[in-house]
Amino acid sequence: MSASKFSNPVVRWIDHRLPIFSFLEHEANEYPTPKNLNYFWNFGSLAGISLVIMIVTGITLAMSYTAHVDYAFESVERIMRDVNHGWLLRYIHMNGASFFFIVVFIHIFRGLYYGSYKAPRELLWMLGVVILLLMMATAFMGYVLPWGQMSFWGATVITNLFSAIPFVGESIVTWLWGGFSVDNPTLNRFFALHYLMPFLIVGVVILHLVALHRFGSNNPLGIDTRGPQDTLPFHPYYTIKDFFGLSVFLTFLAAAVFFFPNFLGHPDNYIPADPLQTPAHIVPEWYFLPFYAILRAVPDKLGGVLAMFGAIAILFVLPWLDRSPVRSARFRPLFKIFFWILVIDCIVLGYVGAKPAEGMYLLVGRVATVWYFVHFLAILPLLSVIETPRPLPQSISTPVFGGGGGLAGAVAAPKEKL
Amino acid sequence: MAKSQTKSGADASVEHKSRRDFIVVATYAMGAVGAGAFVWPLVDQMNPAADTLALASIEVDVSKIVEGQSITIKWRGKPIFIRHRTASEIEEASGVLQDELRDPEGDDVRAQKPEYLVVLGVCTHLGCVPLGQKVGEVRGEYGGWFCPCHGSHYDSSGRIRKGPAPLNLEVPPYSFLSDQVIRIG
Repeated sequence: MSASKFSNPVVRWIDHRLPIFSFLEHEANEYPTPKNLNYFWNFGSLAGISLVIMIVTGITLAMSYTAHVDYAFESVERIMRDVNHGWLLRYIHMNGASFFFIVVFIHIFRGLYYGSYKAPRELLWMLGVVILLLMMATAFMGYVLPWGQMSFWGATVITNLFSAIPFVGESIVTWLWGGFSVDNPTLNRFFALHYLMPFLIVGVVILHLVALHRFGSNNPLGIDTRGPQDTLPFHPYYTIKDFFGLSVFLTFLAAAVFFFPNFLGHPDNYIPADPLQTPAHIVPEWYFLPFYAILRAVPDKLGGVLAMFGAIAILFVLPWLDRSPVRSARFRPLFKIFFWILVIDCIVLGYVGAKPAEGMYLLVGRVATVWYFVHFLAILPLLSVIETPRPLPQSISTPVFGGGGGLAGAVAAPKEKL
Repeated sequence: MAKSQTKSGADASVEHKSRRDFIVVATYAMGAVGAGAFVWPLVDQMNPAADTLALASIEVDVSKIVEGQSITIKWRGKPIFIRHRTASEIEEASGVLQDELRDPEGDDVRAQKPEYLVVLGVCTHLGCVPLGQKVGEVRGEYGGWFCPCHGSHYDSSGRIRKGPAPLNLEVPPYSFLSDQVIRIG
């Protein structure tokens, strides 16, 4: 059967020895995908494409960047003024980082809403959390490279987080810096690691995809597919849908790159780094703000750091905190309410993180921080016990075709379009 | 009912086939244009940048070079040899018969003013810098330059006379801004 799959003899010769074509055919062409996916399922492929965009523009930027405290800032300005299309590559890379996080955050909340982290997709979800952590480390180190004021003081503050570790904290920070302050050795290693980590992300993304293809995508109903009547081949149905989503995404990215390239940045980062003067008001990039708010909400150095890392670590054990067997929030009336409260909570944390840590902001930040942990540690386990889910449909085809006609409908639908 | 539907469906498919083909081709074409528009900046960023191009021409005062002396200056990252030639060197260079040369070129073509020879100090074989600029260096059998890498001999007009190099030392584009100052590039 596999011999007759390809008519081209060269393809057949190669495929017999290296089954790359069979693999692609199976995983990218005929790969059965639930037929009821909505547009929230576009964000996985968008995240993958964002990663490629970041790697490609990053490699080209690295060709003109100098990782030295005396030249880094000027080499970035040279990229902006002198290197051919340098401004375009840098603005795509800068805004691409923000868009990557927007896409990934939507991807994560989609997983939360539709219960994509539940059995048998726990490892798929955990690999995703690993990717998020790697992305955050990569983005942080990338932000240091232009060696502006925000770069320098961001690097100082974030590396100092590790000084909260009892006994060995100071030694670890000195080790991270390669000196007694953020300086040239720090910049050099950050550049090396910023170049390395995207490729680690690629590796974990591949594992993420392997785990995904084991059981296939979850879907808005959160029920398992029960055969061919519930699925469509990935190509052309979802390739074309992903391409449509991509063109919308690229339109937004292009609008940002061409019309508001510095909207999400800080003007202070266009001032060269000065180790003797901290800017009056330093904030991290927007995608770190919720975590930054959690850090500042705890009035204890070690406690704040633990809470911040704990906010991500808690996602690793999420599949075991939410014990409800029902995946999709569509059939969980209480969970759905608390999901939206969590979304608002995260937005509030982000807003508070951008404001000075005083007065009302500090109070709101503390309430929101407590709620974040209450949601995962108390509400979710409690809901699994007390919530009565709405009845689940028999299969994906049932709600659409109202009963047994699923198979005929699935086959007839594409033909009618011809 | 079913039959008539099939029939009209078949008619429609013939018409729609070409429309759909058009959409598919148009989509691929737009995609190709978009991909090309994105790839070009990625490729072009490796071409010389504006500040590199701004350094692509230099001005040199040649009046300080005494007769028989040579100077080496850097232009576009490569050495330029400027030699203030003696009367005997000029005579020797212009007296050579064209058929003795591997890359025939008259001395009057190579030097805008016979006193000053301006050549790129890069051996046309594999890019080494020939000897013969400093006092006491080997100048080769023809009194010009000698490349130590693979033994190419150049005459006092920078023309290849012996050895593996295929061409004469290149004359860069230059012009005399005044009697003393030349601009290279």
